Amino acid sequence: MYKYASPKNFYALAGRLVPWLGTITLLLFVFGLYLGLYVAPPDYQQGDSYRIMFIHVPAAWMSMFVYVLMAGAGLVGLVWNIKLADMLATASAPIGASLTLMALVTGSLWGKPTWGTYWVWDARLTSELFLFFLYLGFIALQAAIDDPRRSARAGAVLALVGVVDIPIIHFSVIWWNTLHQPASIGSLGKIIAPTIYPTMLHPLLIMSLAFFLFFFTVVLIRMRGEILARERHTGWVMQIVRSDANAPEARP
Amino acid sequence: MSHNLLGTARCIFQRDLLLAWRKPADVATPLAFFVIVTSLFPLGVGPEPQVLSRLAPGVLWVAALLASMLSLGRLFAADHADGTLEQLALSPHPLTPLILVKVAAHWVTSGLLLVVLSPLLAMQLNLSGHAMVTLAITLLLGTPVLSLLGSVGAALTLGVRGGGVLLSLLVLPLYTPILIFGAGAVTASASGLDTQAYFSLLGAFLLLALGFTPWATAAALRISLD
Repeated sequence: MYKYASPKNFYALAGRLVPWLGTITLLLFVFGLYLGLYVAPPDYQQGDSYRIMFIHVPAAWMSMFVYVLMAGAGLVGLVWNIKLADMLATASAPIGASLTLMALVTGSLWGKPTWGTYWVWDARLTSELFLFFLYLGFIALQAAIDDPRRSARAGAVLALVGVVDIPIIHFSVIWWNTLHQPASIGSLGKIIAPTIYPTMLHPLLIMSLAFFLFFFTVVLIRMRGEILARERHTGWVMQIVRSDANAPEARP
Repeated sequence: MSHNLLGTARCIFQRDLLLAWRKPADVATPLAFFVIVTSLFPLGVGPEPQVLSRLAPGVLWVAALLASMLSLGRLFAADHADGTLEQLALSPHPLTPLILVKVAAHWVTSGLLLVVLSPLLAMQLNLSGHAMVTLAITLLLGTPVLSLLGSVGAALTLGVRGGGVLLSLLVLPLYTPILIFGAGAVTASASGLDTQAYFSLLGAFLLLALGFTPWATAAALRISLD
């Protein structure tokens, strides 16, 4: 187990895992979308428009999970000085931001048929928007610092402050929302959680798993890139680069 | 120079206040910004007193938020440039309480002045007398939290290119709870509702921020000084 904490061994392990994870992800996406778009019945209130839930809800779940993972990896990197944890945090941020953006866009597209407008200051959408801003701050901070060690540590502190603040932001926004808006709009949770049929729940769970594995596939690919970039002065990376350059199929 | 922690803390506090006193322009600029931004709103939305008093809580709080953020630049920058921060980090005392003292001194020369200035601007925006008092109290409870949260951002962006804009991106999303409850209290007070719960929550945020942010700021400073 410990030997994979070294970037060199991890690079090889990730390289072996990526095709498998990628294939399973693809199969789960196809299966989940088939169940969600063809097998699941239309909703009695929302018709077919609710089907965007199979993208929206997993993306929203993942957006929060990835931030917590990022903060956790940041903490591990900060405390135990583990390079791989730093790289995990850095590699996760753009994926987390894209998932947050996806949750926002699909949420607003879902809002048009259900609420009659693309954007309402619904508590969940609003806190998702601020989560997106927190991701942008993390990415911008890391991009602005050239030294990779300092960049990783500064990002970790920011992510930890953010992870403490996210629940506070979330509950503040809920409070603010109930103060400003009458309860004419039911929250998405009420539609989904208590009265969901297995035919709708199963595709949702499969899509969630697909999103989860998608994240890990992409994060491993990104971490491989990170490793090559940070270890570019070491012998083993030079060897890889040289052998790639000499391989016949690499030539255009 | 005294050697116990309290003496050192008092020394830093007095030094920072003296430095601010000797450079009044640095202190005055965020205040001028606060006044100008709030004065722009009537030009944008029209001078009707009802509209202005409806918008006043949000406008005043957002302007205070931005003014407080703009003043963060001078929290550590000069001390970083002349090596004072490194001396603080090397001192025998723990860095965390020293940071707290620096933030306190910074708040006295930024947030506290916003509180003092706020009734004048509230009058400009046609806020009632009672709401004006609430505004001052919420700012008194809220601006220290802004300074404390902002100190983390200021420490992280120290010596980083594009620091100013970056700082706003880091700090503004973290400020949202303070804005919600600060402006919410003034709105509630303007419509004659009880504001006790808002004050309690803002007080709770202040205690939380006092307890946690100095550590984060000290950690961020050590990273920036590496």
